[in-house]
Amino acid sequence: MQTIKQALLGATSALVLFTAAPSLAKADELTLCWAAWDPANALVELSKDFTTHSGTAMKFEFVPWPNFADRILNELNSGGKLCDLLIGDSQWLGGSAENGYYVKLNDFFDKEGIKMSDFADAAVNAYATWPKGTPNYWALPAMGDANAWFYRKDWFAKPEIQSEFKQKYARDLAAPATWDELKQVAEFFNGREIDGKKVYGAAIFTERASEGITMGATGALYPYGFKYENTPGKYDMEGAVNSPDAVAGLEAYKALYKCCTPPGYTDAYMGESLDAFKSGQVAMAMNWFAFFPGLYKDEKVGGDKIGFFVNPKEKVAASTLGGQGISVVANTDNMQGALAYIKWFAQPDVQKKWWSLGGYAVHKAVLTDPTFTESQPFAADFLVAMNQVQDFWQEPSYAILLQAMQKRLHDYVVADKGTAKEALDGLVKDWTEVFKDDGKL
Amino acid sequence: MLRSKTQVKSVTDTSSSILGEGVARATPAPIATRIRGISDRAMAWLFIAPTIVLLLAVNIFPLIWAVYLSFTNFRANRPNAPIEGVGLSNYSRVLNDPNIWQAMQTTAHFVFWTILLQTLIGFSLAYLIDRKFRGHALWTTIILVPMMLSPAVVGNFWRFLYQPQIGLFNYIVSFVTGIPPSSFEMLGSVPLSPWAIIIVDTWMWTPYVMLICLAGLRSIPDYIYEAAEVDRASLWRQFWSITLPMALPFIMLAVLFRGIENFKMFDMVTLLTGGGPGSTTEVASITLKREAFESWRTGRASAFAIILFVAVFGLANIYVKALNKVKQR
Repeated sequence: MQTIKQALLGATSALVLFTAAPSLAKADELTLCWAAWDPANALVELSKDFTTHSGTAMKFEFVPWPNFADRILNELNSGGKLCDLLIGDSQWLGGSAENGYYVKLNDFFDKEGIKMSDFADAAVNAYATWPKGTPNYWALPAMGDANAWFYRKDWFAKPEIQSEFKQKYARDLAAPATWDELKQVAEFFNGREIDGKKVYGAAIFTERASEGITMGATGALYPYGFKYENTPGKYDMEGAVNSPDAVAGLEAYKALYKCCTPPGYTDAYMGESLDAFKSGQVAMAMNWFAFFPGLYKDEKVGGDKIGFFVNPKEKVAASTLGGQGISVVANTDNMQGALAYIKWFAQPDVQKKWWSLGGYAVHKAVLTDPTFTESQPFAADFLVAMNQVQDFWQEPSYAILLQAMQKRLHDYVVADKGTAKEALDGLVKDWTEVFKDDGKL
Repeated sequence: MLRSKTQVKSVTDTSSSILGEGVARATPAPIATRIRGISDRAMAWLFIAPTIVLLLAVNIFPLIWAVYLSFTNFRANRPNAPIEGVGLSNYSRVLNDPNIWQAMQTTAHFVFWTILLQTLIGFSLAYLIDRKFRGHALWTTIILVPMMLSPAVVGNFWRFLYQPQIGLFNYIVSFVTGIPPSSFEMLGSVPLSPWAIIIVDTWMWTPYVMLICLAGLRSIPDYIYEAAEVDRASLWRQFWSITLPMALPFIMLAVLFRGIENFKMFDMVTLLTGGGPGSTTEVASITLKREAFESWRTGRASAFAIILFVAVFGLANIYVKALNKVKQR
């Protein structure tokens, strides 16, 4: 019996130590949560300086993009303590602010002299504020991003291709500046044999489950004149979401999907776009700026072989916003450590190093540096894009709004159900129901 | 190693004689009598209590909680918002939602065709294997392999097979029909994608149906067939009058198991098509998951879950009654 008692006591002590260990370790340790992608690796590298500077060890929890929202929002909703710091999507701001998941940073910014005017206006508006555009800050802009394009510069430069294109379209073959030109170029390349291999026009986003097709199609919808509301803040969507311009934009996206994407491209997002381009399957591809440093370094398709261009305009110049701000999770056990990281990260020198490592800093010290536009072949395009970005709803109900749009767009673009007008009319109906449920209509 | 009854008896006899009568009287009485104050009944409860507690905690409580939530406006992503009762509104909205009816229709299509194909092919395979031809054991093992794989492996594996440019499936179809392999997409086409999932599910789970049917066929006593042969009954007659009726309870059991499983099918569809293209293959479980964990309308999702539960439970009960009638015949 004595042995059993001792064994039980030992097991209990081990259990207590085991469960207590993480909280003991928390005092000099921070966990930062983000998506698993190229910039996250750059942040790991950058954060080594913070550890050197503060003595705080950094742990990272990177979740693959398709599961990022599910995993992290579950964590926040369940009151989990996994993350001390979170680089979360801009659309999460409304919900996270209203549900008390993020710490409001105004007082901290004032105390530490961190000025939001030091960061690009569009980035502050998109990544830090809720209600949108008001001086209520829930995050520090961490990673600027927008949807843009890259193309096979070496294919475009081939004399026989140049001359054939000029003969057909009476203009030089160059990176497209409008959606009409984009479709022309994509059609021109689609089905062509280059270097003994059949190639296709363009890789675009068609993913159904998370946010893919919405992020891709808004790249056409925004330039054609799609708006979320007639009057900002009034939720009056009829005639804005389903305007003739918006319908034309959606039709343009579907036309591009139908004419010029590789076979089997029915559920494609970031990874598939990169694969299609890197394997030499497509002449052009859309993706986030975040991937451009890696693409430029790619041995097979990077360097002189790749060119970049900002999202083509049509009626207006517009790009779909990506990127995120860094927030302090209200549930953290290491509030001081988390705030210290934010303070360190906001410094101009750290921001400059962040850009040099492959992160998209949006601090004006970086963006207004005279050498910035020459620092990378896509830097100038990044500046243009960040000045014309538009974002999805950031409402607390953003997830329902996004799911409705994913369904309507995929049904129309990929599954050929109904017309563009019907898809957008249906979207107005879905969104109206959501805002009515939220008491906003 | 098992001892025979005689061996055991002789060992007991020997020990009684060696240790004497006093020790023999102390031979294990019921365990409960050794622990004072605990009756056999209490001991029985003590043993099953952990299981009951676990069952209550992970099955019954969530079910009751889901029923409660289904009458509220609760959203799991808004823990601070007040929970208000909404009466039957969630049920009414679920039952009037065309997307949910579309998902139910997709589920019914999927369940019907998978069960039909799996039963036909599974029973045919069982019938063949039961013939005990040369190498039948090896073939049985080979046939069972798909069933032993993880659905995650099967889903990813078939995604590659269906890939229009490099997938083996398209090349085989192309070889047989002459249609160019990249001219059709099993997973991306509206008419083909439901069949792509049906093919994979049938490939994976037909062996399971076959196993159950084989058990049924092997349970038919040989003397019945011998009597039929004496009566000069043809093979066809033997099949319709002996084999099928006697194996029917087993077939029905297989249909019940597969029906319940496929009604809540999630993993395979998610891995193959994610419910797409559009909502073509969005079965009820995917709609439910989206409602609960992507849109976070917990109250409405709970109502939908309860409706699904009642539907499956009701249908399964009707079916079990039919099965019992068949068994009694």
